[in-house]
Formats: sequence, structure tokens, C-alpha cells
Amino acid sequence: MEEGKVLSQSIQQSAAAYVIIHDKFGEAVSPFDANETMPFFEVIDTSLWPEIALFMRDHPKLQFNYMACLSGVDYQAEEKVGIVCNIESLGQCHHKLSVKVKCSRHGGSIPSVACVWHTANWHEREAYDMFGMLFTGHPDMRRILCPDDWEGYPLLKDYKVQESYHGIKVPY
Amino acid sequence: MGLLDAGITKHNVLVTSVDNVLNWARLSSLWPMGFGLACCAIEMMATNASNYDLERFGIFPRSSPRQSDLMIVAGTVTMKMAERVIRLYEQMPEPRYVLSMGSCSNCGGPYWEHGYHVLKGVDRVIPVDVYVPGCPPRPESLIGGLMKVQELIRMEQIGISRADALKKLVEKSVDPQVVIEQERKAATA
Repeated sequence: MEEGKVLSQSIQQSAAAYVIIHDKFGEAVSPFDANETMPFFEVIDTSLWPEIALFMRDHPKLQFNYMACLSGVDYQAEEKVGIVCNIESLGQCHHKLSVKVKCSRHGGSIPSVACVWHTANWHEREAYDMFGMLFTGHPDMRRILCPDDWEGYPLLKDYKVQESYHGIKVPY
Repeated sequence: MGLLDAGITKHNVLVTSVDNVLNWARLSSLWPMGFGLACCAIEMMATNASNYDLERFGIFPRSSPRQSDLMIVAGTVTMKMAERVIRLYEQMPEPRYVLSMGSCSNCGGPYWEHGYHVLKGVDRVIPVDVYVPGCPPRPESLIGGLMKVQELIRMEQIGISRADALKKLVEKSVDPQVVIEQERKAATA
């Protein structure tokens, strides 16, 4: 966090929530980024992600009871793909945080949080469908939008569409 | 000219060919299959509803491909849906007609370049008789397309192929630009 910068009230609330998480998990999480649009931190030790998620949901001062969104991102330059989870505490603590988790671009995997927030179930399937990262421990890890036998992951930046699908020409 | 335009004499006798009677019956009860794929379907439903009232042409959506003469492909055909469209087409009894409604089913529309999951024109999987351009086409355009299907049916004869009927339709077509200019001149006069 930059010194002397005046933070809005909602960012201060998010920062306070981050401090509780950081006290518990220490080096497993990155420093807090006070982004005005959506404050976030990154999970460095990805194997701890479900534990952090459970802690965020169940801690009486955090109560992140709502996953608003889970998006996939392709960090082509870093050779990584990742997810961005927008998590909020609705009706309880009124704060929100984004959590980023990254894994290798080729055959990487991220532990699933579908058991923590059921919203994550279909969102993780969509992230897998579009970016190809696997979610370990997911109850139903298969494509959700593309056909089961589709080739490649369409939202990767170097994606090239396949020539034909079941004998039908795909490109224009 | 339509069959009824010929005029019926006072003895209620009308002399015509079998082709004419059959074609008149078929084009006057053109039953499309009731399914839509995207926003074009909303426009198609509006055309079916009371404001544009397709039933005055005997056009009325059926819930089963086995009872349909016409398939209106109204909307974006995805690769997943393409296989279902083929199956539905194959379930329709012959003679069957296909009207491709809107840019997406004509050629892929706005998804032509980056829409990895969109079929770039439904004519890649089933034969299309009439294309209606637009995104989405207005009900007037769809009605125009349906009139075109009716004209195509009127061109058909026992013993000639669909391709020949389409050729006849093209030969008999009128350039709309001439008609438009005539109307404009009449309006200013």
C-alpha cells in the first residue's frame, strides 16, 4: 500500500479484512493491492486456496458468504493462466475482496472451491472450458459450454479455431 | 397470378391445371416449424402475433417437424446446434423448404471472424431456398421472404426439380429498383 494515499471507506474495509487473512496465512498470500475498482490479493501457495476460502467464509469478522463471480485470465507473458474470484459479504460485514489464483498454462491445476461456494461449481467448469486449467476436487470437472469433444480452449490468447467439427467446416 | 385472381364464373366452374391447384393448396398453408435460435426468433414471434398476423397467409407454427413444410432458421446457429438443425431438417416430410432468417444464419453475421462456436451460414449443413437479410430483419422483411417461398412453390411443376423451379423464379423476378423509382416519381407528381 502506498503511504499517504487517502483510501475510500470500502477499500479500508477490504484492507481490514485482508489483515485478518494475512495474520492467519502469512506468506501464503501476496501483499494487499488497494485497487479502487476491486481491491485484491493473490494466493501464492495455491494448495492453501480452499483453506483460505473456508477461513474467509467462516471467520466471524470476515463472513464472505457470497461469490459474485469467478473469471478466468490468460497471462500469456508469464506462461500462466489464472482465476479472479470476486467475493463479498452480503448482509453481514458489507466488504468485498478479489482473490487471484494462478497456475501453469500447460496442464496446470487449481484446487476447487465448489464445496465452499456452490456458485464456483459452474464457474470453474466455465474457466476450464475456456482456459484449460483443471480444478482438483471439483465434483463434476467437464466442459460446460463447448461440446465435449471440442479441441482447444477458446479464450487462450494463442487459440486457433479447429478446421472442422464432425465434418462441418468451422472457419469462415 | 394467383388461382383466385382468375375469377370464378357464375356456374362456379374453374378450369386449371393440377399443378396449379396443388401449388395453390401448398402455398396457402405453409406451416413453419416453431423454433427459434436467437434474437431473430423474437422478430419471428412478433410476425406471428396479431400485429403482423401471419395466419392471414395460412402460415402458422407447428410444434413438430413431422407436421412442418418450412423451416425458418431464425438466429445464430452454433456448432452444437448445427447437428440438431440437421436432424430436425431430416425429420421434416418432403417437399420441405428452408428460409434462412438474419445475418447469423445467412453467413455467421457479427460472429464471422471471432465466433469460434458459430456455424458460418446454415447453408453449410442444409440446403437453403430463401435468405432474408437483416440483423434482425423486420417483420416486413420476413413476410417478404415468406412471399418468396410462396412464389417458389408457385414455380414448381410435377416432374421438374427444385433447382429448375429456383431457376424459373430467378428468371421471372422483377428488379425492385425500377418499381421503387416508379413509386417515387408517382409520389412527387
